[in-house]
Amino acid sequence: MKKIIYLDHAATTPVLPEVFEAMKPYFMESYGNPSPIYSLAGEAKGAVEEAREKLAGLIGARPGEIYFTAGGSESDNWALKAVAEAYAAKGKHIITTAIEHHAVLHTCQYLEKQGCEITYLKVDEDGLIDLGELEAAIRPDTVLISVMAANNEIGTIEPIEEIGRIAKAHGVLFHTDAVQAFGHIPLDVERMHIDLLSASGHKLNGPKGVGLLYVRKGVKLGSFIHGGAQERGRRAGTENVPGIVGFGKAAQIAGERMEERMAEQTALRDYLIGRVLAEIPYTRLNGSRTRRLPGNANFSFQFIEGESLLILLDQQGICASSGSACTSGSLDPSHVLMAIGLPHEIAHGSLRLTFSEETAREDIDFTVEQVKQSVERLRGMSPLYEDFVKQNGRQPEGV
Amino acid sequence: MYSEKVMDHFMHPRNVGEIENPSGVGTVGNAKCGDIMRMYLDIDENGVIQEAKFKTFGCGAAVATSSMATELVKGKTVQEALEVTNKAVMEALDGLPPVKVHCSLLAEEAIHAALWDYAKKNGLQIEGLKEPVEDIEERIEEEQ
Repeated sequence: MKKIIYLDHAATTPVLPEVFEAMKPYFMESYGNPSPIYSLAGEAKGAVEEAREKLAGLIGARPGEIYFTAGGSESDNWALKAVAEAYAAKGKHIITTAIEHHAVLHTCQYLEKQGCEITYLKVDEDGLIDLGELEAAIRPDTVLISVMAANNEIGTIEPIEEIGRIAKAHGVLFHTDAVQAFGHIPLDVERMHIDLLSASGHKLNGPKGVGLLYVRKGVKLGSFIHGGAQERGRRAGTENVPGIVGFGKAAQIAGERMEERMAEQTALRDYLIGRVLAEIPYTRLNGSRTRRLPGNANFSFQFIEGESLLILLDQQGICASSGSACTSGSLDPSHVLMAIGLPHEIAHGSLRLTFSEETAREDIDFTVEQVKQSVERLRGMSPLYEDFVKQNGRQPEGV
Repeated sequence: MYSEKVMDHFMHPRNVGEIENPSGVGTVGNAKCGDIMRMYLDIDENGVIQEAKFKTFGCGAAVATSSMATELVKGKTVQEALEVTNKAVMEALDGLPPVKVHCSLLAEEAIHAALWDYAKKNGLQIEGLKEPVEDIEERIEEEQ
């Protein structure tokens, strides 16, 4: 079998062996529903509470402020819709950004139909919001600021602490979609003045189908899923016990290894970015050079289209992703790449490589070689490149 | 998601390249939606397509439909080439995913654009040939 080089960790990650081991007993042995009184239930309940403590510890929260959900999208939906409802008497204005994940953006569009007013902050070419613009957008009827901690496509890390400070100073709640950041970079809900935070298990080597919403004590928030009294009456439904246990274990490991992992991945990322920019002409790095997730690199290769590149890389066992229209299922390329000001044809030629501590330097070397060859091959059949070469001569210099 | 034929024509595209002094050349699509196809035709004095070449900026399906379109028109007369519709291209490729059907329309459009250029250069009227649309997406939207 051909070796697989998995470079799509922002999409999902494999479950770590230690995480899988921790989950196993909760399928067939300690399978009890956490709610009842008998001791089998107690085992499950204990495991859920232990996971809650680990997850709270990773972001400086109290265990009682962690609510388990079915994933990042549910957490985002819950945070936005429930805040809009609970604080409707104060106002109906929400501030977010143009580069949020669709779980936030489409929820905002839904809320607009329900009568909310949404301000979508622009970002600069690195993908960063302007703090002055954020502060100026706050109105007496603003109930929520929702800004992602780190972007899933271009890896840009937003100035969360400064945003939290502004939100607090104006008495506005602050939600952050931390799905990409949680367990990857340090987050502290106290220092960063975060009132609500969404995270997901499967982005940090935990299982799929489990996430959490951190809700600061004192924040009014109604139920999103109605039913039983689970999660202190705020999120009904029998707990996904194995999932929660796995999420907790993954968070514990992520926390223990974070510093070391960040240093290693940042070095590998900068090596990858350096090689690609130096060796492939007419290429740009999307997102910030420095304020980016340790495991994220995102490039645009002029004159080619991303899906073709993904297919060629897949033939070599490399799993990657692109913001091209063909991969988004619409005719428009990624809203994030458009928001940082890329022209359509450049946005279509994007490639996102997201790696983990399992990614070796030789995997990166092999990938760079394959990207180089594939880009060259696609440019050879591109009418845009043909026109460019005809206009600029056979040996164009520089970008 | 793609058929074996589509993958074959993407991985091993037929007739990639340019023709110097072509009888006709046409470029269709736009960079906005991510597909641009350019088709070159070499047509002899009897109106038979001797050679067809293409260059394409686009996804796997865009490359495969271009490749198949050049294969289908080679050796055909101008009139026969007009019958190479998007459906013919799709069928020859054992189908396309629904979101990629527009690629086959683009391939048909590229053939027409190259033939239009050939007709214009030679002062010919080709029955059933309409002036190509600059922006293929406009045509698709009209049809919907």
